[in-house]
Amino acid sequence: MALHGSYFLPHKATQPIIGSIGLFVLLAGFSNYLNGSDIGPTMMWVGAGTIIYMMFIWFAAIIRESIGGLYNHQVEISFKMGMIWFITSEVFFFAAFFGALYYCRDLALPWLGGDTPGTGVHSTHQFLWDTFKNVWPTNGPGHIGGNEEGEFEPMAAWGIPAINTLILLTSGVTVTWAHWGLLKDNRRQLIIGLALTVLLGFGFVFLQGVEYHEAYSEMGLTLGTGIYGSTFFMLTGFHGLHVTIGAIFLLIVLIRSLRGHFSSHNHFAFEAAAWYWHFVDVVWLGLFIFVYWL
Amino acid sequence: MSVSAIHDDHHDHGPAKGLMRWVTTTNHKDIGTLYMVTSLIMFMVGGAMALVIRAELFEPGMQFVDPMFFNSMTTLHALIMVFGAVMPAFAGLANWMIPMMIGSPDMALPRLNNWSFWLLPFAALMLVSTLFMEGGAAAAGWTLYPPLVLQTGAAFPFTIFTIHILGVSSILAAINIIVTILNMRAPGMTLMKMPLFVWTWLITAFLLIAIMPVFAGAVTMLLTDKFFGTSFFNAAGGGDPVLYQHLFWFFGHPEVYVLILPSFGIVSQIIPTFSRKPLFGYSSMVYATASIGFLSFIVWAHHQYTVGMPIEGELYFTYATMLIAVPTGVKVFNWISTMWKGAITFESPMLWAIAFVVLFTLGGFTGLMMSISPADLQYHDTYFIVAHFHYVLVSGAVFAIIGGVYYWLPKWTGRMYDERLAQLHFWLTTLSVNLCFFPQHFLGLAGMPRRIPDYALQFAEFNAWSSVGAFIFGFSQLIFCYIVFRCMSGHGEHASGEVWEGASEHGLEFTLPSPAPYHTWETPPNVH
Repeated sequence: MALHGSYFLPHKATQPIIGSIGLFVLLAGFSNYLNGSDIGPTMMWVGAGTIIYMMFIWFAAIIRESIGGLYNHQVEISFKMGMIWFITSEVFFFAAFFGALYYCRDLALPWLGGDTPGTGVHSTHQFLWDTFKNVWPTNGPGHIGGNEEGEFEPMAAWGIPAINTLILLTSGVTVTWAHWGLLKDNRRQLIIGLALTVLLGFGFVFLQGVEYHEAYSEMGLTLGTGIYGSTFFMLTGFHGLHVTIGAIFLLIVLIRSLRGHFSSHNHFAFEAAAWYWHFVDVVWLGLFIFVYWL
Repeated sequence: MSVSAIHDDHHDHGPAKGLMRWVTTTNHKDIGTLYMVTSLIMFMVGGAMALVIRAELFEPGMQFVDPMFFNSMTTLHALIMVFGAVMPAFAGLANWMIPMMIGSPDMALPRLNNWSFWLLPFAALMLVSTLFMEGGAAAAGWTLYPPLVLQTGAAFPFTIFTIHILGVSSILAAINIIVTILNMRAPGMTLMKMPLFVWTWLITAFLLIAIMPVFAGAVTMLLTDKFFGTSFFNAAGGGDPVLYQHLFWFFGHPEVYVLILPSFGIVSQIIPTFSRKPLFGYSSMVYATASIGFLSFIVWAHHQYTVGMPIEGELYFTYATMLIAVPTGVKVFNWISTMWKGAITFESPMLWAIAFVVLFTLGGFTGLMMSISPADLQYHDTYFIVAHFHYVLVSGAVFAIIGGVYYWLPKWTGRMYDERLAQLHFWLTTLSVNLCFFPQHFLGLAGMPRRIPDYALQFAEFNAWSSVGAFIFGFSQLIFCYIVFRCMSGHGEHASGEVWEGASEHGLEFTLPSPAPYHTWETPPNVH
């Protein structure tokens, strides 16, 4: 049935509609939860379960078709291009939050602090908070969040974050080493490299959890601690979510490697996971420099 | 590059039977039809909301609705028309036409294509359902500016998540379109031989991938500001409500080009066919489209001249915005030059295309007026801006879409539409759209604010005309629905493969039979 040199076109896809229903139920449930309705959490579980089921049967179909030899080189190029443009869209998602950080630090906060050279004093400073001085990190003139006095301690770069930087950079090396193993059909190198990468990935997430716990319990630093807390937790939180997704992605690739799904010339899933992993790695470097360090 | 196609079920080369065909289909033509029909339904829903607005504004004083509901109508009308009507119509045209135009058997990622579409009805359901929630639907305008939008009642999280679902849908569709265009072209179909419609969609898809995630991020910040105590848009916490405006318009300005670039493509297909000449300045059209796409990313704050920006910002955004007139002018002159000394006939698609060139240019000029920041202080948030963007989006984008539907409907259905009815539809629409929106320029210049359900007495006459125009426009579209559904249900003369005289020289799609078979280009054509 597999005609070599032919572009495979699937028929009768049931996965997407299941995914749409799942997403709808999940988000409607989340909305209900936020509005204080009791039915919200139940809907969220059902929706999330439906989405996980959808992903399972969707990926299963792709794996079946791939192993069945239905995909020619051109199909693989489509997958690769699709993954690259998906990662590009993710980059822009993070750009929105980095943009919020730069805007507040470089424009909004100086204006709030009364610093507008050449054009006089900003009226917000003049009329609302004329004693506010712009010193980063800050939770704003209203001292939003923090401990009882509205104080908080910022996250230092050279503790856990520096260790996490090393962990992610090392994981970038191990995943590349695994790829080299795969390319020369060295299964042992592939599996050890992948297993190390997965361990490092989940280790990162664990340490991030320790850091968050410290922030909440001892430093007065929460999501609600003004603009510093908002940008800190939203940027590192979305990044941590992406690391978790990437680590699960790599774990699946590891399981598939153990089952012998990949060969040196057919391993799109491995490459996609590795690209995704490098993407979360690069985002982390931006976070380390602009959120923790500077 | 491209090679022949195989299917996972070899006994079934036609469409599946029953309603489930439409739910599980992976066929680009089926999905195109689903997009187009959804778009038409949402066009009617959004249009009904516009008529509520115009009925209320027919005369001074409060008539039918309370101010809160009026504001919900302006908000939902815009969201539905942008995300429910115009973008799905373009996605539908892309699905139908791009594979046929580049000689590909289907879209590159057919399952994903199904999902891109099937997210839409759920997003639409979620958005429309907010009308019936406690506190009413979002009423802060489609831009959803804080702090006003944070006062929305139970509808708030539903509105935010609607944006997220629409974003996922758009991003997946954009990925699919880029991959199809870059990876699925027939042998010989080089990039610089692609029809302009394909080119404009390629650039539109790049824009979508860059902007939809930013919008998703911005509304996520709204959500966390309301429910999780963040301070992104709260000055007391060190944030800034204007930050939202920057994020929104970084999305919003390229977004309005998402709504117009494929229109440029459609018009660039129609005008050469009915002028019986090749498109004038093809490569300059490609470069102009790319330039417009690039410029769209660096002009966003011209939507925010009155909010308070450093003078350097006002100057920069003024000059950068004016630059857009250059590539846009290139396009307008190229369309006119294509018609110059052509053997022109005026079938319906051509009428819509010519009306597009004239009326879009008018809307472009008012845009140029507003790009000048000191002058914009007068125009900002008045009916002048309402007139401007309806000229570019209704007599621009919507006219191009309707023209495109007339142009390709015989190819899709195998039937010619009723030309006399179509001409009636065109003239009623074109006259009424001007009656509706032209007076709004004067209302705006005289100082009538937008998004207010009542107005001072001196604005009465122009508003009455505008409302009459709106109602004629709205009901004229029923003719369009009738024409389309007549063809879809197999009435009317049979269309030839070429459909229009000489059209096969202007596009691969017109070398196929009409109606186009369920699967086309399973063996790719050779393009010379």
